[in-house]
Amino acid sequence: MAKSAFMRWFHRFGSLPYFYGVSVPIARALAVPGVLLAAWGVYAGLVLAPADYQQGDAFRIIYIHVPSAWLSMFGYTSMAVAGVVALVWRLKLAEIYIVAAAPIGASFTFLALATGSIWGKPMWGTWWVWDARLTSELILLFLYLGVIALHNAIESPRTAARACALLSVVGVINVPIIHYSVEWWNTLHQGPTITRFDRPAMDLDMLWPLLSAALGFTLIFGWLTLWGMRVQLLWRERRSRWVGRMLENSR
Amino acid sequence: MTRTRRRRLLLVGGLFVGLAAAVSLALTAFSENLLYFYQPSEIASGQVPTDTRFRIGGLVEENSVERNSDDLVVRFTLSDCDASVPVRFKGTLPDLFREGQGIVAYGQLEPGGDFVADEVLAKHDENYMSPDVAEAMQDDQGVSCMPTNMQAQR
Repeated sequence: MAKSAFMRWFHRFGSLPYFYGVSVPIARALAVPGVLLAAWGVYAGLVLAPADYQQGDAFRIIYIHVPSAWLSMFGYTSMAVAGVVALVWRLKLAEIYIVAAAPIGASFTFLALATGSIWGKPMWGTWWVWDARLTSELILLFLYLGVIALHNAIESPRTAARACALLSVVGVINVPIIHYSVEWWNTLHQGPTITRFDRPAMDLDMLWPLLSAALGFTLIFGWLTLWGMRVQLLWRERRSRWVGRMLENSR
Repeated sequence: MTRTRRRRLLLVGGLFVGLAAAVSLALTAFSENLLYFYQPSEIASGQVPTDTRFRIGGLVEENSVERNSDDLVVRFTLSDCDASVPVRFKGTLPDLFREGQGIVAYGQLEPGGDFVADEVLAKHDENYMSPDVAEAMQDDQGVSCMPTNMQAQR
């Protein structure tokens, strides 16, 4: 059976010293465009974009809120994919990804909830309502915290990784529920503006900064997660020979 | 793919499918309770309990808002395409409250058919535009009695 190029890449990338080496240029390649795109998106959103016809300037919190909410769902979905890889192929790198991505995803989830709440008080008239969208997003935060807690609670790294992978796979059911909650049920939260079959219900000079910020924050998410993976990797492999040799050389 | 891996993949897949089925069954069963608000036409057709507090969502009818000059009581009519309900509320209204705007009110139906609200929340729709564009669109917008996203999709 001839191995495909993908499988070769898969196995090579799964090698931990190889990953540790290439993670630096990859992180750099994510960080530079990520920071630039996010900075331009936020600046253009907060300063250049026109005010909304109903909400005035208050709508501008969307430039933080929507990228955060997107990343809260993207992060968990990517953890679930890594979870399948970790459970089926026992790839250490996938286990490490889950541990590294969880706190970053949790931070973005918290940011989405907090900015939404700050916007909701003047616009809706309340900080919080228990509608389907807000509640399911809160559950997502608890899922992230659950993964983090699970990882810290179990001493054996392999068992901990397996438990976290399982929770990631199981919890991802919540992600489509979050996304479709505004269509399935009457919610106070408005329906989708960008991800709908029609054209987006937003002026283009408001939309471009938003897309730029979302892409930029996604790259930053990748960068931070990669850096977290390096730390996890060093910690878990601290007794291995290649880490020892590397530390020796860097002295 | 080796046999153990295939077995593990099936196990994970089976677990996921089973759980997804369980969750979707549970959500379907609870879907009434997950509704954040009822609509005026549902009240008109008697689908809504009159003895408990509930939420009602609809559009504030044009020219229906009346304010008292000496206190904070506001009266307005809340409607969807088929029915309307008179609402009475005392308190401060959110920024987005205006005629033609979708709002959600929390309170109780009086025997006379008035809805007495003690909380009024504005529902924002999914449209974002600059004031110029909004003005330009006013002409060809036509009459919509309900933003599409407020209509129940059950």
